[in-house]
Amino acid sequence: MFIEIKNLDIFYGQKKAVKNINLKVKKGLVTAMIGPSGCGKSTLLRSLNRMNDFIPGARVEGEVNFLGKNIYGKNIDPVELRSKIGMVFQKPNPFPKSIYNNIIWGPKINGYEGDFDELVEEALKGAALWDEVKDRLHESAFALSGGQQQRLCIARAVAMKPEVILMDEPCSALDPKSTLRVEKLINDLKGKFSVIIVTHNMQQAARVSDETCFMYEGELIEHDKTETIFTKPAHKKTEDYITGRFG
Amino acid sequence: MTLKQKRIFLDKIFSYFCRITTYASILILFLLLFHIVKAGASWLDWQLITSFPSRHASKAGIKSGLFGSLYLVAVTIIFSVPIGIGTAIYLQEYAKKNKITQLIKLNISNLAGMPSIIYGLIGLAIFVRFLGFDRSLLAGGLTLALLILPVIIIASQEALAAVPRSLRDAAYALGARQWQVVIFQVLPAALPGIMTGIILAVSRSIGETAPLIIIGALSYAAFIPNGVMDSFTALPIQIYNWASRPQQEFQELAAGGILVLLILLFVLNGIAVFIRQRYQRFS
Repeated sequence: MFIEIKNLDIFYGQKKAVKNINLKVKKGLVTAMIGPSGCGKSTLLRSLNRMNDFIPGARVEGEVNFLGKNIYGKNIDPVELRSKIGMVFQKPNPFPKSIYNNIIWGPKINGYEGDFDELVEEALKGAALWDEVKDRLHESAFALSGGQQQRLCIARAVAMKPEVILMDEPCSALDPKSTLRVEKLINDLKGKFSVIIVTHNMQQAARVSDETCFMYEGELIEHDKTETIFTKPAHKKTEDYITGRFG
Repeated sequence: MTLKQKRIFLDKIFSYFCRITTYASILILFLLLFHIVKAGASWLDWQLITSFPSRHASKAGIKSGLFGSLYLVAVTIIFSVPIGIGTAIYLQEYAKKNKITQLIKLNISNLAGMPSIIYGLIGLAIFVRFLGFDRSLLAGGLTLALLILPVIIIASQEALAAVPRSLRDAAYALGARQWQVVIFQVLPAALPGIMTGIILAVSRSIGETAPLIIIGALSYAAFIPNGVMDSFTALPIQIYNWASRPQQEFQELAAGGILVLLILLFVLNGIAVFIRQRYQRFS
């Protein structure tokens, strides 16, 4: 199994933010996590590449197995893990560097020895940004629009050639047009990478994902094919949420 | 007056009050500058810079003081900047957020407010006597380095703390080690703030007189120090010396010295602004 979460609890201090999650994520698919604000979906996402190590007071119990190994077990190097499981954040956060240097930074510090120009072109093409920026690779990434910046962040993650790309509400700071482009990009990434995307936008989950998890108050209520979740959900809570009765 | 009129009135009063306070401080500054320029401008020439001090005001210059101050600044920077930034990085990025760290931070803040003459006494006890550096440039530079270290640490720490979480997240999510995140992302982003702190601190050290007098810097020197173990004088000491003499010429000479000191500070600040802008190109 690609990613298998077993009996996972996540605490912030005394508060249990994620409760007893059991979940299997398949390789090469886009998996969406939906649920109302504060349901723990972002917390769960950040636990998959141990980004919550940086949150003071965060504590994890249970297992997250990635390619058969528990990432919370002994002898696991979280830094190495993060080079295989990339992440895109809510707000575009390019480095204060040129577009080119944004892409190569990750591979460079991880000892990449190939051709950087090729890598940049490949990554930007992979993120459907190449045509827009190929003539200004050495200009500041901050000169790009918000949507372009977010696609640059995706390109930056792609350049690391990770197994998984985690996306934490990647479109929440973008306008509808940019959102559409990012969604199209996520579709293109399918197959090449596994994508796990957290979104509070149900329509977005329906548009981009193959499988959907519905979370509520820290619990995983339902996990199924996206089509099933949105047409015949098994749980009352899921149905209430997707029909807009709460959340 | 209706309530609305009253609120508008108060709004205006407040803005005028703030404006007046600003103008008042600028006015005082200009009065001071005007006074010094009036007294010292006629003495500000090449001879002032290239001559050693003398009994005769017409032949006297600040060469030894100026060079002493420049060397002193160099020694001060060499010791205080690496230690200051290193300490700030440790406290901000590595140290656990516990009571001990809190206590250390609090003490550094207190040290920043300590009178400079106390640093002179520490310098005298440790560098001059205990370590046997005597009344040398090295002892003076180290004393001033101690003096400005807390300021550099605090400014650097604040600059590091102001670097947004999102930048660190971005770096960590690409599989960066902590040192790589700190050296290649956080530090460059904090550099403008750190530079500002350093420049302010160094500017303060250039103007310091008391600790140098305590550690025994010369008040009359007709030579330029040959090395870090040589004795020295500094510009503010020279100015202090002249200003305390009764003769009108020496008073004016002191004003001339002050002008040179101001120009020196201006140049240093200019360099800092230049460096800041270079690093801010992409942000």
